[in-house]
Amino acid sequence: MSLFAEAFADGVAALASGSVDVWGVVATSLRVSGAAVAFAVVVGVPAGLYLGMRRSAARNVLLVLANAGMGLPPVVVGLVTAMLLSRRGPLGSLDLLYTRPAMVIAQVIIAVPVVAAVTAAAAASVPFELRLQARSLGASRLHEAMLVLREARMGLIAAVAAGFGAVISEVGAVMMVGGNLEGSTRVMTTAIVQYTRMGRYGPALALSAVLLALIVAVNVVLAQVQRSAERFERS
Amino acid sequence: MSDHRMWLAFGRAVAVAAVVVAFVALQTGCALRQTQKASPQRLVLATTTSTQDSGLLDVLVPAFETAHPEYAVEVIAVGTGEALRLGEQKDADVLLVHAPEDEAAFVAAGHGIERRDVCYNRFVLVGPASDPAGAAHAADAADALKRIAARQALFASRGDDSGTHKKELALWNAAGVKPGGAWYLVTGQGMGETLKIASEKQAYTLSDEATFLTMRGSLDLAQLFDADQSLRNQYGVVPVTGAKNERGAREFADWICGPDAQRLIARFGVDEFGRSLFVPNAQGGGS
Repeated sequence: MSLFAEAFADGVAALASGSVDVWGVVATSLRVSGAAVAFAVVVGVPAGLYLGMRRSAARNVLLVLANAGMGLPPVVVGLVTAMLLSRRGPLGSLDLLYTRPAMVIAQVIIAVPVVAAVTAAAAASVPFELRLQARSLGASRLHEAMLVLREARMGLIAAVAAGFGAVISEVGAVMMVGGNLEGSTRVMTTAIVQYTRMGRYGPALALSAVLLALIVAVNVVLAQVQRSAERFERS
Repeated sequence: MSDHRMWLAFGRAVAVAAVVVAFVALQTGCALRQTQKASPQRLVLATTTSTQDSGLLDVLVPAFETAHPEYAVEVIAVGTGEALRLGEQKDADVLLVHAPEDEAAFVAAGHGIERRDVCYNRFVLVGPASDPAGAAHAADAADALKRIAARQALFASRGDDSGTHKKELALWNAAGVKPGGAWYLVTGQGMGETLKIASEKQAYTLSDEATFLTMRGSLDLAQLFDADQSLRNQYGVVPVTGAKNERGAREFADWICGPDAQRLIARFGVDEFGRSLFVPNAQGGGS
C-alpha cells in the first residue's frame, strides 16, 4: 500500500503546487461533456419517448439498436470520427480534428444511445391505462407525450446521469479525436493516461480522485433533483 | 480352417500389430519430449514506443528467441520515463531505452546492473512541405528551432518526458528559446500520435527518424532538417538489478550487443527504405 500512499501524497503536492493545471483540465472536461450531454438530451429524449411509447416493427428494431448502442465501443466511435474529420477524410476541410468540437461530436455519438435507451425504458413503464385515459379526455399526441415525460421523470434523470457518466469517464474516443493537447483538448481521463504512461502515478492518482469526486458530486445534484421530483409527486 | 478360426487369427494379428504400433509411437513420443526443453521462461523487456513502432523489435525478438529458446520475451512499449519506473519496481527484467543520462542515473542508483550502447538513429525535424519558417535552410538544429519560434509557426511537442521530448527541450535550450503559447502544442502522447497531430495541424515536430519513415505514407509532412551531429539518438540496454529473470536479462543484453544482433540491426530498414534505420555501435558483447 506504500506505493499508493506515496503516489497520492506526491500527486496532491503536484496539484497544490500548480505544476499540473488541474482546474484547466477539469474545466475542459466539464465543458466538453456538458455540451455533449445537452445535445444528447435534445436528440435522445424525444427518440427515447418514441421508442418507449410506440408499438411497431420499426420501433422494435430501433430499440434493439439503441440498447446495442449503449455498448458501442468508444474506441470505434473515436476511430470513425477521427477518419471522417482528418485532412484526407471527407470532412477534412472543416479543420475540426484535435479540437474541442470534435470531442463533443464523438461524445454525442456515445451518449445519444444511452440517453435514448434509458428514456425508452422509463417511458415504456408508464401505465398504458393512464395514456388511454388521457386520450379519452381528448389529449393530443403531444399532450400524451408530455404526460408520459412527466410520469417518467425519474427515469429521465437516470438517463441524464447515465449519459454523463458514459462521456465524462470515457478516454479512447477523446484521446483519438482531441489529441490531449495541453490547454485546449486535455481532459481528466486523457491526462490520467498521459501521467500513467510517463510513470508519474502521483498526479494520475490525484486526478483520478478529482474525477471520482466530480462524478459523485454530479450524481448528488441529480439525486436532489430526483428527490424534489418525489416531493412534487406527493404534493 | 473354418471362417470362424480365420477371423480369430486375423483379429489376433491386428491386435498384435496395434500393440506394436502403439509401443513404437509411445517410444518416439517420449524420445521427442526428452529433446524438447521445459516451457520457456518469461523475460519482460520494457522499451520505448519508437523501437516498437519502427518494427525493429519484430525482427530482434524472434531472433533472440531462436538463439535462446529457453526464454519467451514479453515486450512492454512505453515512454522512457515509465520504462525506467517499471525497472525500478522490478516489473521489467531488461530495458531498451534512449536517454543515456537517465540510464546512467538508473544504474548509479542501484536499479540497473550496467548500461551499454546498442545502436543509434537520428532525430529529424519534420514539418509542412511549404516550410513557412524556412527550417530547411538553418545552420544547425538549434537555429531551425529559433526560426520556428520567431515565426510562431505551429510546433507539436510530445511533452511526455520521453527521450525524444528531452532531446527537444535540450535543443530549445541551445536555441535560447522558452517555448510556450498558442503556437506550441503539447500532446502528452507518443511519437506516432504526435506525428499524426503535427500532420493534421501542419505543425513542425521533432521525431526519431525510424518512426517518421515508417509512418511517412500516412502523413502530410516532409523531412526538413537532419544534418546535425546533435541529432544523434543513442539507445542503450540495461539489465535490471534483482529482476525476476535476471539471468535472462543479462543474456539478452549480451546477445543484443553481440555480432548477430548487431548485423540484424544494421540490415533493418534497408529493404524498405533503401538505408538502415539504426546504426549499430555496441562495444562488443558476449557470444
